[in-house]
Amino acid sequence: MSAQTALAHELLDTPRMSMWRRLTRVQAAQIVLVLVVLCVIFSLMAPDAFPTVFNLRSIILNTSIFAVLGVGATLVIITAGIDLSIGSVLVFSSVIGAQVMGAMGAQGWGAAIAGTIASILAGAMWGLINGLLVAKAKVPAFIVTLGTLGAALGLAQVITGGIDLYEIPTVLVDTVGFGNVFAEVPTLTVIAAAICVLGGILLHKTRFGLYTYAVGSNPEACRRVGINVDRQLIWVYVISGTTAGIAGILSVAYFQQTTIGGNSMTALTVIAGVVIGGTSLFGGIGTIFGTVIGLLIPVVLQAGFIIIGVQAYWQGVVVGMFLIGAVYLDGVRRARAFKGSGKKSKPLQVGGLTLRGKEKEG
Amino acid sequence: MAILEARGIVRTYGQVVALDEADFTVEAGEVTALIGDNGAGKSTMVKILSGTEQPEGGSILFKGKEVKLANPADARNLGIETVFQDLALCPHLDAVNNLYLGREVKKKGILGLLGFMNRKEMKEGSVGAFTELGATVRTLTEPVGSMSGGQKQSIAVARSASWASEIIFLDEPTAALGVVQTKNVLEMVKRVRDKGIGVVFISHSMPEVLQVSDRVQVMRRGRRVAVYKTSETSLEELVGTMTGALDEEVV
Repeated sequence: MSAQTALAHELLDTPRMSMWRRLTRVQAAQIVLVLVVLCVIFSLMAPDAFPTVFNLRSIILNTSIFAVLGVGATLVIITAGIDLSIGSVLVFSSVIGAQVMGAMGAQGWGAAIAGTIASILAGAMWGLINGLLVAKAKVPAFIVTLGTLGAALGLAQVITGGIDLYEIPTVLVDTVGFGNVFAEVPTLTVIAAAICVLGGILLHKTRFGLYTYAVGSNPEACRRVGINVDRQLIWVYVISGTTAGIAGILSVAYFQQTTIGGNSMTALTVIAGVVIGGTSLFGGIGTIFGTVIGLLIPVVLQAGFIIIGVQAYWQGVVVGMFLIGAVYLDGVRRARAFKGSGKKSKPLQVGGLTLRGKEKEG
Repeated sequence: MAILEARGIVRTYGQVVALDEADFTVEAGEVTALIGDNGAGKSTMVKILSGTEQPEGGSILFKGKEVKLANPADARNLGIETVFQDLALCPHLDAVNNLYLGREVKKKGILGLLGFMNRKEMKEGSVGAFTELGATVRTLTEPVGSMSGGQKQSIAVARSASWASEIIFLDEPTAALGVVQTKNVLEMVKRVRDKGIGVVFISHSMPEVLQVSDRVQVMRRGRRVAVYKTSETSLEELVGTMTGALDEEVV
């Protein structure tokens, strides 16, 4: 009995890993270091231009909309899925939002709020379509969202004839688009930060978040204990669509127009940020915090390159290398963490497509 | 009286008759070993009694009353749990979350309605479950994917044992384990039984069967061909019944 009691004490006394220890264990910690180093280098090279309030403000502004998309994308990737449609859904939602606002005279808070709601609902609808097709029709997520990527953008172009809409209520632009909550803190960024915090709480503190990890970790185990895997997947895609809808209305407020032609790379940028931030394409691992850091890196690189006079096109090259390095590190970590558990040869499946390795038997 | 009784269960897969009017009984507070050669119908019997598969004929009685186990949830609601060969843990989650997976304890009040979990209570419950069964879990906060096969098996058994109020099926729980780990799991099996739960222990290892079980039921070619008290049988008799060698001698 005393041995048992001792064991019980030992187990209970093991503190739940401190925030710091947990952070240092995730790839996000390494990537924070990279981000800090980048900022230091740029600051040393351009002490007058880089470490300024103006530059910092534009960096966080340029990251904000991506970060909102990143919340949904992180959840989807943790389930071992993928959502390629978020850029197109952003466009579609912003078109719907702009249309509703235009129809209401494009002035005042009434129109702005109605447009916001319409935009979010439009995004959620695409998420629901994605989720139903992935969970119920069992079409690989890669294909489903590649399809809706084309469909959402196509419909947005059909609705508008391919011409961007400019009738955006001034109140929306002045507050959400260009306003500051106080001093030099942009409203847009505060909204994005709030959504990231909410997403982080949902993912890390609630049962919904736990099931998101569990479904990405071992869906069969979830089914056996009675978790409704299909419903969980559908909700995760709905959240991804919803964050794309929110990003749609933020984008309209910021650019004072829809951006039909401007989002062909958005989904890939966001997914790259999510992966650089340490979320595993294999599912089961990931944090919102990592995603935000992973999204800041391309933006900081771009701002820094412009300021120090390097062609900004180098940003794409460097981010590409970061992305490959991040996935390589993820593979190394997985191999180390699951050594000897017989799961080493699990094929790399992204959104239901096997990218390498053999399909699991049985 | 038996807690669970299967009578004349029939199950076919195309041309193959997996169960041919097979019987099976589980008693409370007893370890029943279910043995048989490959293809004898052990796994099919377990799948039917845990609600994963449906029989084509025969009846299942739970505490003397006929029941229908249309899905695993039906079985679970009766207090019947199953530990499958492939464990079915989530490798990225820690021991606590795996133990409580699907049965999380929520916080009280509004936070609970919003889906917040009572991690403290779940952690204490896990420590209780692991220590009660002598599970060899070293840490509650690391992902179980990084643990040894024995620790993972302990967690899987502890999970089922915590939720099973009546019966627990263990499908070859020691198949992939080393000597010490096997000893620990067998020790856990006895402790589960001592809680008054009916344990069904499926194994190919006759020494383990003789060591841990109170009764042995032997299946061959889709039928239960013999029931022995473990204390009154021998390795030779079990193997002979399993393979059919004894029958032929009699004939």
